[in-house]
Amino acid sequence: MNPLYNYTLKLADDTLIYGQRLGELCGQGPYLEEDIALTNIALDYLGQSNNFYKYAAQIQDLGKTEDDLAFLRLEKEYLNCQLSELPNGDYANTILKVYFFAVYQKILYTELMKSSDEQLAAIAEKSLKEVKYHYTHTSTWIKMFAGGTEESKMRLKNAVENLWEYTGGMFAETQGEEDLAKLDVVPNSRNLHEIWTKTIEEDFQNFGIAIPDSDFMQKGSRTGYHTEYFGFILCELQYMQRTYPNCAW
Amino acid sequence: MNNLLELLSQIPDPEIPVINIVELGIVREAKRVSDNQVEIVITPTYSACPAMFNIEEDIIKLFKEKEITAKVITKISPIWTTDWITDEAREKLRAYGITPPEKGNHEDHLNIPKKCPRCGSENTKQISRFGSTLCKASYQCNDCLEPFDYFKCH
Repeated sequence: MNPLYNYTLKLADDTLIYGQRLGELCGQGPYLEEDIALTNIALDYLGQSNNFYKYAAQIQDLGKTEDDLAFLRLEKEYLNCQLSELPNGDYANTILKVYFFAVYQKILYTELMKSSDEQLAAIAEKSLKEVKYHYTHTSTWIKMFAGGTEESKMRLKNAVENLWEYTGGMFAETQGEEDLAKLDVVPNSRNLHEIWTKTIEEDFQNFGIAIPDSDFMQKGSRTGYHTEYFGFILCELQYMQRTYPNCAW
Repeated sequence: MNNLLELLSQIPDPEIPVINIVELGIVREAKRVSDNQVEIVITPTYSACPAMFNIEEDIIKLFKEKEITAKVITKISPIWTTDWITDEAREKLRAYGITPPEKGNHEDHLNIPKKCPRCGSENTKQISRFGSTLCKASYQCNDCLEPFDYFKCH
């Protein structure tokens, strides 16, 4: 399989699944403005995934569309990180999940903008503006949770413990990614992980919260191994396309 | 080109009908390929802006009525920015009740006071960083108490 296709697919799958999961809160957000905010963010993710899928289909060159790639693949063919699949949980968990991803995307897109691949660079530059907005929004909330009541602090702490072991998966590489990185087509994942950890450490210090001691990270992201929750997301996500074949975005 | 742009100016933004797609900066290029064929390059505002689908359809329809085939090409780069919105369109936005985005300085725009589009007061507060569409945020004026939309600087 073409390494560039794999890599583009991983970006597309991450944003699709993140968008699908966050979209579940549409109409159920904690209050009206936040309901709208979360749906806005979900929509940004879906737009980004649409751009990546279109490009992936072009690289693949088998006459497939973005719809085929998004809605008609099998579970093991999805290369999204496991973090994206995890249930929304309570509000602290939802926001922290988006925050971890926003920090990752901010660093990823900043680097990917310099890619020798013009299309990836363009999508990255376009998406970066949106992601910066997500970062501002979620970090404001986390600061509030961390400086809030005993209840909000406890819930934030639980969320950190719950999600931490999945964060490493965002930086797992797809097949052939290392070669692409050597050619400066994509950024080096290990560098991204280092910058990400440093940013989180600085932010957490500002928020006054601790990072878990454990180094244990879940494995399997980017190779088609998913959490138990993923099959259920796919059922819902693929229902329309499988029931009404060829319906378009 | 000028004629084509004039023609394209008839197409309003589907979500903010007081401004058209040319003054919004979405139309980047318009050229006649032959007597009955044109090529229009558009740049999306936000990755997931649902209006982009309608805009593409509107362009094709507009030319079809004149028996011209329009090929619409979507180009992401250079990326769209609110700086491309013309001054005239900014004024139309304000009159419509939407505070237009500041020019430039995209990083710090959150901290710049937003003027109420109705009474002009700068004594306003943010209700939500997000609004009814991807391009807007929700504010309220502390003086005239009216809520209003702010077109996010992007």
